[in-house]
Amino acid sequence: MKNFTFPKSPTGIQGLDEITNGGIPKNRPTLLLGNTGSGKTILAMEFLVNGIVLFDEPAVFMAFEEKKEDLVMNLKSLAYNLDTHIANNKIYIEQVLINPYEMRDTGMYDLEGLFVRLEQAIYKVMAKRVVLDSLDKLFYGLDNKILRSEFLRLLSWLKKMKVTAIITSEIGDHFLTHMGIEEYVADCVIALDNRVTNQIATRRLRIVKYRGSFHGNNEYPFTIDEKGISVYPIIREAFQQEPTSKRISSGIKDLDEMLGKKGFYEGSSILISGTAGTGKTTTAASFAYSVCKAKKRCLFCAFEEAPKQIIRNMGSIGFHLDPLVKSGILTFYYSRPTLQNLELHFLAIKKIINEIKPAVVILDPITNLMTEGPNSDIRSMLTRFVDFLKTQHITVMFTAAITIGSIERNPSDEGISSMVDTWMMVQDIEIDAERSRSLCVMKSRGMAHSTDVRKFKISTKGITLLPIVANSKEPLAVSKRKAKEHDTLSTSKESIWVKENSPQ
Amino acid sequence: MSKKITDNTKVNTQALNDNRGKYILCLFVSGKSPNSAFAVVNIKAICEKYLKNRYELEIIDIYQHPDLAITEEIVALPLLIKKFPIPKKRIVGDLSNTEEVLKGLGLV
Repeated sequence: MKNFTFPKSPTGIQGLDEITNGGIPKNRPTLLLGNTGSGKTILAMEFLVNGIVLFDEPAVFMAFEEKKEDLVMNLKSLAYNLDTHIANNKIYIEQVLINPYEMRDTGMYDLEGLFVRLEQAIYKVMAKRVVLDSLDKLFYGLDNKILRSEFLRLLSWLKKMKVTAIITSEIGDHFLTHMGIEEYVADCVIALDNRVTNQIATRRLRIVKYRGSFHGNNEYPFTIDEKGISVYPIIREAFQQEPTSKRISSGIKDLDEMLGKKGFYEGSSILISGTAGTGKTTTAASFAYSVCKAKKRCLFCAFEEAPKQIIRNMGSIGFHLDPLVKSGILTFYYSRPTLQNLELHFLAIKKIINEIKPAVVILDPITNLMTEGPNSDIRSMLTRFVDFLKTQHITVMFTAAITIGSIERNPSDEGISSMVDTWMMVQDIEIDAERSRSLCVMKSRGMAHSTDVRKFKISTKGITLLPIVANSKEPLAVSKRKAKEHDTLSTSKESIWVKENSPQ
Repeated sequence: MSKKITDNTKVNTQALNDNRGKYILCLFVSGKSPNSAFAVVNIKAICEKYLKNRYELEIIDIYQHPDLAITEEIVALPLLIKKFPIPKKRIVGDLSNTEEVLKGLGLV
């Protein structure tokens, strides 16, 4: 009994096999529920095509809804190569027309005709995978009693045929329960949903039940693009990941010094937050520069400045990124957040990561993505993304723009800062009537980091961090306290005051 | 002139009646399933009673001719197809409800 693993048929769909812990039940039918346009047909078809391409399992697709030609046409935009698979006898698509003009009130009947056709189809290509799309069309106008018995018969027939099947069905008007067919008759039930929140549509997938197997029971976002379906689970392995004690230099000698004299941990997540013009992008770019100089690949995702502009700007302080881009060691991903939704951004970035296998990924700034959806969604998206990077041992650096005085009140920022391993804050401070940039390490898990606020100096030679010495020769905190006593707080001082009192 | 037309009409009507008189039926069954067996018994009885000597009944076992399931677009069985006279009609079920069957065949 122990160590018994339920035989499963991998779908080959990114993420779905992770949350189902290996795929859908092998040689058994799975019910796939969802509204119109929720992606049922595509998911089902991808299951078949992956079966052909990845596992050499021929397939049968019974279409009750769409014409065969329309189906092939509609799926042309996705890279399924249906025509080739049809020509190679790897997939057989049959359109089953349900005649609405048939008289059906002369007595008892069953759907044996369908079974005969299905059996023929299965033998035609020796199919191991079968899709019936969709049930409601097939059962349209059927007597309730017959519907129920035929559905049960269909399930056990499919089991007998030893095919792994997906049966799709509408969920909108509670079709199944409405018609007297409850989900409990199937071994595995997956529900799809396409929801619109804040004008942004998010597709979600949920395993409603999975008999005989544990499974993730959250709702998982998924996307459909030209390469098909991707589901984004919070990857369990991330938590079991062996963290490394290897270090990676931040590219700023003085900053490494502050971070236990060695820099960041490899594979950790780093957040740099700060107000506008405090040097977030510069810090990130210097990190990228040093990573590339160490002959490691880096992916720089720019959501604000165009790569060319970043290259020009960094050149002015001695970081010549252009040769690094040309040699391919530094890759830029540039996109306006408004162009597509957040998931698609992550998807695109993930694809580049899989292609170029970078050691470091930089997202500058993450706050630009924040405008894109409800906060909880972004947090879960980010968590998933960070988890994904952790499993790949990729170090990730985010920058986050915050407004003055809102350091602790900005919920999105707080949301990220609890998620990251190292959090640095850059801001404008005023020392003896002179504005200057400062940097401090708010937290850094697993290392003895400095708690100093350092003066952050950007020059043509790069970045240096100097101890802050006020003219009065008093440490900053002391002069600050005095200033507070005199009740002459300026806005920038206020922000520091808030920070001093923060739990960090 | 007018007489001739009347005659022609009579002849045509006669021909039509002859055609109308003949039924071409096709019953698709699935082996010896109870529904199929009932349907065979029922349609034979109906034909003998209402269409004596003016029908052709073909009984096809779909298991023996599975390809016909596709060409005839068959899902539900048993299925009686009235091929002639037109309009073509598809009647699903074991045909135990004689009244409905007669309605479907256009005999009432």
